[in-house]
Amino acid sequence: MTIPNLHLGDYVADGVDWIKATFEPLLDGISDGLETLVDGISGLLLAPPPLVVVVVFALLALLVRSWSFAVFSLVGMLLIVSMEMWEPAMETLALVVVAAVIALIIAVPLGILAARSNGFSAVLRPILDFMQTMPAFVYLVPVVIFFSIGVAPGVCATIVFALPPGVRLTELAIRQVDRETVEAGESFGGTSGQILRGIQLPLGLPTIMAGVNQVIMLALSMAVVAGLVGAGGLGQVVVGAISQLDVAVGFEGGLSVVIIAIYLDRLTGAIGQHDNRSLLATLRRRRRRVAPAA
Amino acid sequence: MLEEGADRATLRKEGLTAAVIDATFDVAPGEIFVVMGLSGSGKSTLIRTVNGLLEPTAGSISIDGQDVTHLSKAGLREVRRTKVSMVFQHFALLPHRTVGENAAYPLQLRGVNKAEREQRAEEALGMVGLAGWGGSLPSELSGGMRQRVGLARALAAGTDVLLMDEAFSALDPLIRKEMQDQLLELQSELGKTILFITHDLNEAMRLGDRIAMMRDGRIVQVGTAEQILNEPANDYVAQFVADVDRSRVLTASAVMERPAAVIGVESGPKAAHKLMREHQVPALLVTGRNRRLEGVVWEDDVANAVKQGADKLPQSGEGAIRVTPDTPLIELLGDAASSRAPLAVVDENDRLLGVIPRVTLLSALSVPDGENGDAGEAAEPASAGTGDSDTVLDTAGAN
Repeated sequence: MTIPNLHLGDYVADGVDWIKATFEPLLDGISDGLETLVDGISGLLLAPPPLVVVVVFALLALLVRSWSFAVFSLVGMLLIVSMEMWEPAMETLALVVVAAVIALIIAVPLGILAARSNGFSAVLRPILDFMQTMPAFVYLVPVVIFFSIGVAPGVCATIVFALPPGVRLTELAIRQVDRETVEAGESFGGTSGQILRGIQLPLGLPTIMAGVNQVIMLALSMAVVAGLVGAGGLGQVVVGAISQLDVAVGFEGGLSVVIIAIYLDRLTGAIGQHDNRSLLATLRRRRRRVAPAA
Repeated sequence: MLEEGADRATLRKEGLTAAVIDATFDVAPGEIFVVMGLSGSGKSTLIRTVNGLLEPTAGSISIDGQDVTHLSKAGLREVRRTKVSMVFQHFALLPHRTVGENAAYPLQLRGVNKAEREQRAEEALGMVGLAGWGGSLPSELSGGMRQRVGLARALAAGTDVLLMDEAFSALDPLIRKEMQDQLLELQSELGKTILFITHDLNEAMRLGDRIAMMRDGRIVQVGTAEQILNEPANDYVAQFVADVDRSRVLTASAVMERPAAVIGVESGPKAAHKLMREHQVPALLVTGRNRRLEGVVWEDDVANAVKQGADKLPQSGEGAIRVTPDTPLIELLGDAASSRAPLAVVDENDRLLGVIPRVTLLSALSVPDGENGDAGEAAEPASAGTGDSDTVLDTAGAN
């Protein structure tokens, strides 16, 4: 006997074509919007002299983490500038920021819903598995059809790829909040919104921030892959280096990605921590000491 | 199935667990009602049905005459905000908020303005001995202090009913005792209606005006500490209370006897001598008008007085030892050892209520097992805090 051939891919391709044909104006709108956003942010990052931005990044590092991290950022960013990778690096950073923010805007509410409803969580889980394990390159095909070449398909593919850990870790964060503490909120007559804002989100913050961190890191890795569809930035540098077998440019582009990655990772990793030695945390502690007993 | 009398084991075969099967009790206003049971007996489930954190499948719970079992979400919230607050075993404080903000939390949920809730939180913290700690974080406090914050939070809410779920169980023994003392002290000032859950029998006996013993989801006995100690409803309760330090639980009023060896102050030595021989006691308590305790006379002195033909009672310089009815027995042991005279139980007006001979004291401390049931017989039905009318909290047959 023969097993009938089932070309699922054809159906998906038909679906993609249909979406493209039906929602053309909407897709164009999204495309324009995303492009404007990314261009705006990268324009902002590239407007001042690079040294100013480098110093700002280092100060930010000092504020949320520590001296040593600030020194690392200063040295790393200066290296990027001296390798003449500053412009593509800032374009990539802009793309990552836009994609990560949009991914989080979608992921956190989904995670909250999933934490509240076991049914929703059960439906969502296989979808997230699918999104996470589908090879990243595959996303590039439909998004190019939707948005043609450019920043928009890069951002969209990045969002889809980076979304799942944001949802998963938000769900985990809320589910793992101490049962008794949530009961305390309920027993004093808190509404579910009050409990979410006053107890579950703040107590789940470290885990949610771990999710944010993961989303940003995945977004960065995808942003480089998105160079294949003309998303610009370091992705384009790396893709160019591959096609020309240019080891030198490839290394410099890759190293810039690593520096940006470490910077974003340490920066977002520090925000969720309750007791760190950053300037901000120290200031906050001092303010509480000084404040009169409430 | 449960209504047909099935127990937990039968139900478990069906893959279900009945946490609370049959628990009917009333809690009177101003009373500390303790639910005592081992882990798994359903006491935590029980307390959570009272404020609606869990919904019973059958039965009803009414607070202040209002049935809370079938309330809407909003109605339930209103009850929780205005009538019942809760203290948790592991404190359940918000670690990112200061002590003051934690204490003010129930008021914040209710939408009380900042100035007022800070003031009320500060008051509540003062009540539990944490004045001035409002600006600290819970992580900077010891376990006992954290639970004080938990208590202050419940007090700041200003509700009449307080649910305390194993509130002191996570604390060190010394701190636990301190907290118990403080709770009793606060209670004497505030007169809240407290439902207290514990697995520690000594704690139950120390705190509880009345105690409900729970086992396998059912309440097996409700009564005062003394009733449970002296009239255990079944073997389980009896076994349970066997290890209790009876000397700390039983009070003078529970073991005292009707004062028989008593003589009026106007009587002569001859009458005293006769009375002593009748009762075969070495000493008599002497009472004046209104049964006021005057002193004590001894056999030797009476014999001398009879010989000398005196007509007044030769009262001894060694006076009677007075104890109040609510003195625990452990505090009587020293007195009993130092004096030959029976201990006189007197009220605040020095009126004689009863006596405790040494024999009675000793037998009261032994476990009642039929042979020496003296303690049980001597025990008066205690009436502390059991105002049956005016029920504030009452649960019925939750399964």
